[in-house]
Amino acid sequence: MSAKHNIPFLERQSYRRRRLIDTIRMLPVIGAVLWAVPLLWRQSEDSGTVLTSDAIIYIFLVWLLLVVGGGWLAQSLKRSNAEERERGR
Amino acid sequence: MGTLNVLVGVCLIYVVFLFLIAFAAERAALEGKGGWLRSPMIYTLSLSIYCTAWTFYGAVGYAARSGLEYLTIYIGPSLVMIGWWWLLRKLVRIGRSQRITSIADLISSRYGKSNLLAVGVTVLAVIGTTPYIALQLQSVTVSFDVFSSAYGSELTEAAQGSNALLVAAGLTLFTIVFGTRNLDVNERHHGVVMAVAVEAIVKLFALLAVGIFVVWGLGGGVSETLARIDASEIGQWQMRGDRWATLIFLSGAAFLCLPRMFQVMVVENENEDHLRTASWAFPAYLMIMSLFVVPIAVVGLDLMPAGSNPDFFVLTVPLATGNDALAMLSFIGGFSSATSMVIVAALALSTMVSNHIVMPIWLSTQSVGASVSGDVRHVVLLSRRISIGAVVFLGYLYFRLSGGGSALASMGLISFAGVAQFLPVLIGGIFWRGATRTGAFAGLTVGFVIWAYTLLLPSFGAGTLVSETMLAEGPMGVGWLRPQAFFGITGMDPLVHAVFWSILLNTMSFFIASLVGFPSPLERLQGAQFVNVFEHSSTPQSWGGSLAQTEDLMVMAQRIIGAREAQNLFEREAKRQGMSGLLPEPSPDFLQRLERELAGSVGAATAHAMIGQIVGGASVSVEDLMAVADETAQMMEYSSRLEAKSEEQARTARQLRQANEKLTLISEQKDSFLSQVSHELRTPMTSIRAFSEILRDSDRLSEEEKIKYSSIIHDEALRLTRLLDDLLDLSVLESGRVNLNLQSGSLKGILDHAVSSALTGAGTSKVQVVRDSQQEEVMLYTDLDRLSQVFINLIGNAQKYCDASVPKLRIEVGHSTGALVVDFIDNGSGIPKVEQAVIFEKFSRTGEQRVKGAGLGLAICREIMTRLGGTVEYLPGQGGAAFRVTLPEEAALAAQ
Repeated sequence: MSAKHNIPFLERQSYRRRRLIDTIRMLPVIGAVLWAVPLLWRQSEDSGTVLTSDAIIYIFLVWLLLVVGGGWLAQSLKRSNAEERERGR
Repeated sequence: MGTLNVLVGVCLIYVVFLFLIAFAAERAALEGKGGWLRSPMIYTLSLSIYCTAWTFYGAVGYAARSGLEYLTIYIGPSLVMIGWWWLLRKLVRIGRSQRITSIADLISSRYGKSNLLAVGVTVLAVIGTTPYIALQLQSVTVSFDVFSSAYGSELTEAAQGSNALLVAAGLTLFTIVFGTRNLDVNERHHGVVMAVAVEAIVKLFALLAVGIFVVWGLGGGVSETLARIDASEIGQWQMRGDRWATLIFLSGAAFLCLPRMFQVMVVENENEDHLRTASWAFPAYLMIMSLFVVPIAVVGLDLMPAGSNPDFFVLTVPLATGNDALAMLSFIGGFSSATSMVIVAALALSTMVSNHIVMPIWLSTQSVGASVSGDVRHVVLLSRRISIGAVVFLGYLYFRLSGGGSALASMGLISFAGVAQFLPVLIGGIFWRGATRTGAFAGLTVGFVIWAYTLLLPSFGAGTLVSETMLAEGPMGVGWLRPQAFFGITGMDPLVHAVFWSILLNTMSFFIASLVGFPSPLERLQGAQFVNVFEHSSTPQSWGGSLAQTEDLMVMAQRIIGAREAQNLFEREAKRQGMSGLLPEPSPDFLQRLERELAGSVGAATAHAMIGQIVGGASVSVEDLMAVADETAQMMEYSSRLEAKSEEQARTARQLRQANEKLTLISEQKDSFLSQVSHELRTPMTSIRAFSEILRDSDRLSEEEKIKYSSIIHDEALRLTRLLDDLLDLSVLESGRVNLNLQSGSLKGILDHAVSSALTGAGTSKVQVVRDSQQEEVMLYTDLDRLSQVFINLIGNAQKYCDASVPKLRIEVGHSTGALVVDFIDNGSGIPKVEQAVIFEKFSRTGEQRVKGAGLGLAICREIMTRLGGTVEYLPGQGGAAFRVTLPEEAALAAQ
């Protein structure tokens, strides 16, 4: 492959990497927002209150989402770091 | 009682197992084989000391009391870990590049290495952590108690106390053995970290086992358990929003600020990449840890008699269902969480206490200072050990004094709120360059005072440390200062109230005091280093192997001390270590020797920084830089001194060369002078000898001839006499030994005398002298005889050399700037240009030898005029030969 073809490809890679870091930055914000949702649930004793089991499922689903998302992002970052290093940066 | 003995036995075996693990890890690390010790998983697991006995036992109790609120304690840290890119990454980088040893060290380093600040943070950390250690001791003893009461033998309070003491002693021993084995520059403790990681697995496994047993063994499956949860007393979502948000914030803050968390997260961090893995793996760990808490709580509430302590459902539920093995596993899990927390907390606190309190005091009592390094290392280790003992003992004391009464959770939260006061200073320090030491002091002080006043003191119960009236009406009746209702805002949850006001006022004081104050230079430097850490430090290299390090050291050493010497040094070291080849292991011993060797060439600070850069992967600290700059300045001064000296020598050499050239020239001049003099002397001598021989030997000479010959002899003798007179005169003048006979007289008189003297005996061919007597009316104060001699010579020259048919000499007197000039201009053909340059030299005569003369006249004139402070020079372009005599104005003025 000629050098000409290489350049846009590499730039695209580092662009991706920056957006990846943006996502990593955003993830805790998403988590905080999702975990703030319980603040909106009704507090009163009367009917229509959220059941604890539903709350557990919701909170743990958010947790799972964050863990899986975080894991995926961390792996992508690792790969992108390795590629960067290969390029001799 | 048998089961109890088994329990004690299992406990002991477990402890021995931990010792072995830690020992093996230390050994592997020492031999450089422990690559797996530095895996990201170990790092993640070591973070789990966040989950103490408070999590293991307390979370279930918490859930049984307040429903899902316990989750906030794990949600906060999860968010912090997920958001690692924002904060933890920077914290870890700073910790590595600045060689931070504790949170107190971090804060003091950031704020200009203020030891006072470090002492403050240390004291506050100890205050905040002591109840927590007490909590762990309590959980271990209570769990013992739970076991023994289940088997019908109540433990006495004394037995409980001795149990706690035993546990405390064991933990102290473990921490001392593995926490202070050696003084590592990077403060990493592989043994401790490994043990903590193993304990993390044990407690997770134990809690999972109990959870699975409860859900599938007792609850009858997931859906049944969920139904059971909804049917229980915590079945409805009842959560105060303020508590939910506050607790998430609080746990996140505490996760960052707890000394033990800082220890494992930042200080023990081997590689920044580990953080990337931990960012998702640790939230996963927390999630799994808290997954079965509610089911256990609900089943416990169902199963156990009313009034039993929900904090120990994890133990009592398996016991009540006759599952002794599971109960024992659960006990070990609780034991693990308690011990790992105490070990790391004691380690972290002891580092702080020893570095910031004990060592400064010890050093200040020593007159010599820290120059004797071996001695100090010993003292540091000793002070660490004593500090560990003191910290654990303090926890034990607190446990005994407080009686271990209050619920685990509230005790933990108070502790959290205490250490969370570090947060504004910490965050401000690493993101805001304007944060100052004064601000940090103000923030921490305000925060801790409010925390103690609103949370810690009331927590001991109304009427003990804070009177009930004070709680209800405020101190001395000042209502808006009520400990649990600042500014009269009632109805807030006490914890939320305390956290809100303490953090808010803490941050505000920190901010305002920072704005007002002015930081010291070191503070500003450190501020820049911390805030812009990613610009100042490159990603620390992760070394492929230790030999790679040695190779780098070799490259560096060769550059500094020379290839041959470096290779010899390395080979010698390798031989000493019993290795074949050139490259030795980078043992501390070898590094020290190498550093000393390098220090001889580049200075101690530079050598230290260079080796540190290669071995530690840490960037150079400000102090290092300052030391390096100092050394460099010294060297530069030395070399500039050398340079000056060599310049001076060069100057001297140049002067000598010039002097030599001059001497050679003078010597040549003297030679040519002598040869000329002898020539001048010889010519008359030859004729005198010839004619005197004729007179002596010839008898037939006529009288006329006799007269002619003797007059020739007479003339020549006169000429000789004149020549000798001139020479004498010249030599006197040149040597400067001439005495000037200063007197006043008129220029006109001198010229009259000179003209008449010069033209005596000239006969008919007398030169016609043209003068302007008006101009000559100038009084002089000088050596008149000498001046007249010059004039005679010049007039005589005109008489002798002027080749015009009607020779005429004009004598003009005038004034030039600051000088009196007398020009002698004849109407002859003048002196050719090439000869103008040499006419003042000795023995120079122009044209053919028409007139007899030694050629010394003008030389003498020049000498005389120099003595008189004036000059005589040839004046070109006047139509004939022209000479200008310049006399200084003083000579003319002084006479008037």
